[in-house]
Amino acid sequence: MDDTRTIHVTVNGQTRHCAVAPRQHLVDFLREDLGLTGSHLGCEHGVCGACTVRLDGQVVRGCLVLAVQADGRSVETVEGLTEGGSMRDLQDAFVARNALQCGYCTSGMLMAAAELIEVQPDATREQVRAWMSGNYCRCTGYQAIVDAVCDVLAKRLAAGTSEATLGARA
Amino acid sequence: MKAPLFDYAKPRSLSEVFELLATWGDEARLLAGGQTLLATLNMRLSEPAMLIDINGIAELKGISVQRGDSGGEVLRIGALVTHSEVEASELVARHAPLLAMAAPHIAHRAIRNLGTWGGSIAYADPAAEWPTCLAALEGVVVLRSARGERRLAAQDFFLDLYTTALVEGEIVAACELPLRQPDERFVFDELARRHGDYAIVGLALAARPGRVRLAFLGIGTTPVRARRAEAVLDGQALSPALIEAAIAMLQAELNPLADLTNSSATKRHLACVLARRALTTILPSTQAA
Repeated sequence: MDDTRTIHVTVNGQTRHCAVAPRQHLVDFLREDLGLTGSHLGCEHGVCGACTVRLDGQVVRGCLVLAVQADGRSVETVEGLTEGGSMRDLQDAFVARNALQCGYCTSGMLMAAAELIEVQPDATREQVRAWMSGNYCRCTGYQAIVDAVCDVLAKRLAAGTSEATLGARA
Repeated sequence: MKAPLFDYAKPRSLSEVFELLATWGDEARLLAGGQTLLATLNMRLSEPAMLIDINGIAELKGISVQRGDSGGEVLRIGALVTHSEVEASELVARHAPLLAMAAPHIAHRAIRNLGTWGGSIAYADPAAEWPTCLAALEGVVVLRSARGERRLAAQDFFLDLYTTALVEGEIVAACELPLRQPDERFVFDELARRHGDYAIVGLALAARPGRVRLAFLGIGTTPVRARRAEAVLDGQALSPALIEAAIAMLQAELNPLADLTNSSATKRHLACVLARRALTTILPSTQAA
């Protein structure tokens, strides 16, 4: 019953062939097997959002996906997206706005915010708050995080670059 | 925590799914979006021996307009359609806008991207949005098993807390919803402490001139239709006085289950707040008609 399955998964653009146990979730696979420790585990039951990664281009809770379910699919983590595009803009804005203290929630926040920029490039502050409500931060009180996301949205709208920019994938 | 050990199968056809269900019985759980199941596995509230991943079954996917059982056209939503797909669907926006209104209230984007329509229907959480929308729209659940297909009205499908009319070896394949009529109006609203949390109370309203359906979430052990308040509204032209009469009936009719932080009286009050808001919202359109 604890046998492993071989999966073929593209992680940050690189194809991997790995043996995983059915019970292993995606973030344990990324962290333990691939050494990609940018995705964090907080609650491990889908509440905190620290484990947010992209599966086939959409954000998901990494703790609520089995590694075996990623077979044949594409996974992107914060490590693969930092080179440019919206992720780089968000990271710069988080630094400028001091939108993190311990940083544990930050990669999940960035992943969630990056999809908001794609899906709702004209989001209001209220919509940003609603969207980001699925990610917990226990340090900042959220205001600086919302400020940072709003800064990026405003800058991109002003620059007319609201088209979906997928960072390293582009 | 980490999930317990389990076996995993990803069948390619419904017949394989039914074979696995026959073999494993109650030891098996179906894995659709997994947004409830995997959380319960990680917390070890559930320890199935076998997960049957149904995500490879094409016929459980997709949103379409089809000819229904009774001849008319229906909107069919496959069990594996995700909440995000409902939210973005042109067909849903045109034919069942109530669902498009409700979708943004479901959890958070990362969960809506994986969580499924069929999972929500089969899990039958009385605080969830889709079962209550299905009740308000008087939709039908399409069930499949090795013995064939059957259809059940929402009220006959949701039996009790997390309890449905599904029998052993049977799965939710899809739901069928009547298409919106030109004079039909909808409202969805809910009151939650924080966006995306399970609501304290929610309301799905579907109204045509002379006929209003009110379905509440967070009130009972299943989606709750307020049939006595509906009867007050039936056949009448909506007016501020009629709304107050319906609210008075709602006060008498609803007997909400309290939760850890909200008493029955609080929930009754909030349900009446939602109903008054929703009926007032549709008042201008009904008067114009």
